[in-house]
Amino acid sequence: MSKGRFGIHGGQYLPETLMNAVIELEDAYNRCKDDPEFNAELSELLNEYAGRPSRLYFARRMTQDLGGAKIYLKREDLNHTGAHKINNVLGQALLAKKMGKTRLIAETGAGQHGVATATAAALLGMECEVFMGQEDTRRQALNVYKMRLLGAQVHPVATGTATLKDAVSQTMREWTARIRDTHYCLGSCMGPHPFPTIVRDFQAVISREIRQQLLEREGRLPDAVLACVGGGSNAIGAFYHFIQDPSVRLIGCEAAGRGVDTPDTAATIATGRLGIFHGMKSYFCQDEYGQIAPVYSISAGLDYPGIGPEHAWLHDTGRAEYVSVTDSEAVDAFAYMSRMEGIIPAIESAHAVACARKLAPSMGREQIIVINISGRGDKDCSAIARYRGEEIRE
Amino acid sequence: MSRIKEAFAGGKAFIPFLTCGDPDLETTEAIVHAMAQAGADLIELGIPFSDPTAEGPVIQAANARALSGGVTADSIFALVRRLRRTLTLPLVFMTYANVVFSYGTERFLSAAAAAGVDGLILPDVPFEEKEEFAPLCRKYGLDLISLIAPTSAGRITQIARAAEGFVYCVSSLGVTGMRRQITTDVGALVELVRRANPGIPCAVGFGISTPEQAAAMAAVSDGAIVGSAIVTLAGRYGRDAVPAVRDYVQAMKAAVSAPQRPAEADPP
Repeated sequence: MSKGRFGIHGGQYLPETLMNAVIELEDAYNRCKDDPEFNAELSELLNEYAGRPSRLYFARRMTQDLGGAKIYLKREDLNHTGAHKINNVLGQALLAKKMGKTRLIAETGAGQHGVATATAAALLGMECEVFMGQEDTRRQALNVYKMRLLGAQVHPVATGTATLKDAVSQTMREWTARIRDTHYCLGSCMGPHPFPTIVRDFQAVISREIRQQLLEREGRLPDAVLACVGGGSNAIGAFYHFIQDPSVRLIGCEAAGRGVDTPDTAATIATGRLGIFHGMKSYFCQDEYGQIAPVYSISAGLDYPGIGPEHAWLHDTGRAEYVSVTDSEAVDAFAYMSRMEGIIPAIESAHAVACARKLAPSMGREQIIVINISGRGDKDCSAIARYRGEEIRE
Repeated sequence: MSRIKEAFAGGKAFIPFLTCGDPDLETTEAIVHAMAQAGADLIELGIPFSDPTAEGPVIQAANARALSGGVTADSIFALVRRLRRTLTLPLVFMTYANVVFSYGTERFLSAAAAAGVDGLILPDVPFEEKEEFAPLCRKYGLDLISLIAPTSAGRITQIARAAEGFVYCVSSLGVTGMRRQITTDVGALVELVRRANPGIPCAVGFGISTPEQAAAMAAVSDGAIVGSAIVTLAGRYGRDAVPAVRDYVQAMKAAVSAPQRPAEADPP
């Protein structure tokens, strides 16, 4: 079995042209990850620039209203650029810089990873080009503007379904054309080895902090950690330091779109099967001949037909559970959390909030749920308004 | 000797590629026969995939056209069975790992072999992942074709030693598609392959569209592979593409077979 496996998942299924690039990346990462100088530099960026550690906030009103487990919110939405994406991007951009790369390319769905990459490129004086599905450039026009403002070039991708999967494909194609000075700053815990491991390690700061913050505050571990899952980077970050603690339920919330029994869904664990795509073996939404399915979710960031290989493995072993949340449940949760806590979550994160609303009442008052609020919802307001039949003019 | 190696026994080979089912399988069948009559030595049949990450815009669009017409691996196996009633030259499938894996790797390979396919090219299966497919390919008598690229430094020897059928030498960085110039020192890449495995033919693909480029690439290797230029003709002429493709293949075959000295890869 090749490198970078999580059970049967993972691997390096990519064109020969890119093999030395990922081998070089793995070597560089292995040199840097335990290097005190690299880690000091990264911590400085995460703390002073991105605003870490992020808060673990006790959601008193939600807890009272739901009448069960105590609910804590891990506030990744408070990071600079408004989402967890910056954790990974600062790590990869710094790594790329150490490798002598001068140009970052990235895919983006909702635009959060693209904005984070454009931000890191500006900060570190690197060139940046972002590939984004044409459909998503319309859904997330504000983020397109931000990326351009930050000095990045944004390339709309019109092929296929013109969403996140097509953006990933196009960024891979771009990387094969220009490798020497270019790092592909992949935004989720997916793709060929070593990306799933690198992204997980850079996002694991989330669960490291949750653990420490909750031990300080409650003197105990949570009973459940909830996070939304597209590729799964915020979820793997929120789960990672609890994987060895069987008492902590790990629950990934997939986007069911209009429902897992309709074709308009992006719930990979619920509806997909084993396949090989975008450099990895994992579960994918696909037809009987292996053609990748045109998936759908209201959330551009979860609108992806696959899932990171470590999640596929956590599912196989039963260590994590994966549930599906529909558009309408997510939109309700988006409004609910805004009203209850004065916190507007990203529509992606609202999928995890929706799950917590169902789960908390069934748990005891002494129990604890942590919801990873992976991003903030400003970017979603006009789309949600549209969904609820209102037009916003800015 | 495998049928694939025989394709290289009579001199420099010309290897055209076509996306099956673009715009329909009847047209594909007619074009394949025409290419064989026009002098093709081996034909690559592309099985369309929804998300072909190693392809440029031309072949991406052909994949989309073919899929919208409803072709599947099964209908392409049936196409090969029809072709094999008269066609003797080697046929190689080119597709993506998921098309094979999702069908059931062994089930796919046994059906492909039974239909009369000689080999398989999977651009998203590098040396590191080859063992998942290679033993089953051997079991059914298919050559799993290995690729090397201009970025393969330090990897060519191991790849060439394990290669079967022929080595597909990728001429340039980037995805498939026509290029005005090929700047890579392809001759040096081929030389490294030959040093590691003197018995394996080496054909060059990616970016070749003109007879001059084909002649130049064939001069430093054992043959030239052309995809996007043919797929462009198939796209432009649709169901009436046979004459245009036949003329093109004839001209390209003449160019690679002509006695030649190594020349610049630039078009005139």
